[in-house]
Amino acid sequence: MQKLRQHSVIPGFGLTLGYTVSYLSLIVLIPLAALVARGTSLPWADFNAAVFDPRTLAAWRLTFGTAFIAAVIDAVFGVVVAWTLVRYDFPGRRIIDALIDVPFALPTAVSGIALTAIYAQNGWVGRWLEPLGIKAVFSPLGIVIALMFIGLPFIVRTLQPSIEDLDPAAEEAAALLGASRLTTLRKVVLPTLQPALVAGFVTAFARCLGEYGSVIFISGNMPMKTEIASLLIVTKLEQYDYAGASAIALLMLVSSFFLLFTVNFAQWWSTRRQRERV
Amino acid sequence: MAASREYRHTEPRWLRATLTLIAVGFVGLLIVLPVIAVFTEALRKGLSFYVQSITDPLALSALRLTLLTALATLAANLVFAVAASWLIAKFSFPGKSLLLTLIDLPFAVSPVIAGLIFILLFGARGWFGAPLARQGIQIVFATPGIILATIFVTFPFIARELIPLMQQQGTEEEEAAILLGAGAWQTFRRVTLPNIRWALVYGIVLANARAMGEFGAVSVVSGHIRGRTNTLPLHVEILYNEYNFAAAFAVASLLALLAVVTLVAKAALEWRIRVEQRPAEAAQEA
Repeated sequence: MQKLRQHSVIPGFGLTLGYTVSYLSLIVLIPLAALVARGTSLPWADFNAAVFDPRTLAAWRLTFGTAFIAAVIDAVFGVVVAWTLVRYDFPGRRIIDALIDVPFALPTAVSGIALTAIYAQNGWVGRWLEPLGIKAVFSPLGIVIALMFIGLPFIVRTLQPSIEDLDPAAEEAAALLGASRLTTLRKVVLPTLQPALVAGFVTAFARCLGEYGSVIFISGNMPMKTEIASLLIVTKLEQYDYAGASAIALLMLVSSFFLLFTVNFAQWWSTRRQRERV
Repeated sequence: MAASREYRHTEPRWLRATLTLIAVGFVGLLIVLPVIAVFTEALRKGLSFYVQSITDPLALSALRLTLLTALATLAANLVFAVAASWLIAKFSFPGKSLLLTLIDLPFAVSPVIAGLIFILLFGARGWFGAPLARQGIQIVFATPGIILATIFVTFPFIARELIPLMQQQGTEEEEAAILLGAGAWQTFRRVTLPNIRWALVYGIVLANARAMGEFGAVSVVSGHIRGRTNTLPLHVEILYNEYNFAAAFAVASLLALLAVVTLVAKAALEWRIRVEQRPAEAAQEA
């Protein structure tokens, strides 16, 4: 069978292989190689200085910190949203389900200025936060809000298929054995959803690390305070510091590759383990 | 679909109501409110100001560049997606899973970095920048750079929809067509294309939304030359930074409208694809 496929009657192997590999190299591989070459061509001391000077260090802390907090909040609410959308029937369920994709479809610059307008001092939400002494725009809180907006669909869309695939028999068995509904959720349902939740969390976190458009309007971009790593790359480019920009970009690229690789590996491992159990 | 299934064991009524309220409230506050805000802010100075803002010559030239970029990007990525999915679905060869991973690579690259890599290649001090400049060809800070960066960020969109579908459909129908004497092109057009058309449209709709709305990558390579290298999202940024908020939101509302149309088209296509797959599944079970 394997042999038959390789010497298949279907035409176009050479053509599609050649085209796919050339196009992939031209658009993706060579440009990324340029970044790796540029970033690693710096002497170690210069690389170190570019990536770990106090201003960049503050940007790293802010970028990772806000992305992490946003992904955690999204994970908590994402479980509730995904559970509600799959398990309950209520008016408007389909519309809410479709709206989860708004952050995918809405250009980031648009969501950026819209969120800034809402959370500004005189905005729809900002005016209620103002008397409480909470400053949402031009602060790390604003960055977290923008990243929550960006990250939510990743978590909900990863969880939904897993909730749909849950075997009702397991929940029934738990109920018949006398477990309360809350115990069933905690001991039976949540552990089964855990791999999907972790995968969604890490994907959202990785995506938030590199987010730019929706953040730069609400953050105010004050060096040392509300300046994210992506913006620092742009700033360095504008000063023609290509080496510095490449060094920061390279470290960021390695982080997100590492995160996404971990997710894929974990997913592959857990499906293999499940298959072995069956 | 799933909610119509009966779950005999579910949460007590009060808990269901509370969770639903939390979910709807969270999505409403975080996701729906910004969309409403775009349209409200856009109309803040009245309808005539709105019309004036979106028919301004600079807005129109940004719209033209956005449409041109989307068209060029989709054409390039469509040809690639068809070639790549044909290769991956119809043949087996070593290195296939590596190829699949590499196709997904642009998803893991943040927008700013997607712009930066093309500056490194085609900027004044880049690998290819100086030789091309001597020929009088400018890539970055010009339209070709904007198109290249947009191709990069939307690279996997269409291919990702086609590859799993074509893998699932296998090769029998094409083999039959070829053995009955059909040519390669005829086989593709008459046998393969009808099987993948809705997935193809689905991928194009998603890629188009990203192509027209891309901000970070395009911002880095564009150089922000007004009336020449400004796309709609960049025009929004410029208006906003000039404190011309109502005009910025007016132009942004065009992009928000695009997002709404995209989501409606996406839902319609998902329904369409499900309907088409149902007879196939029934046939498989029988």
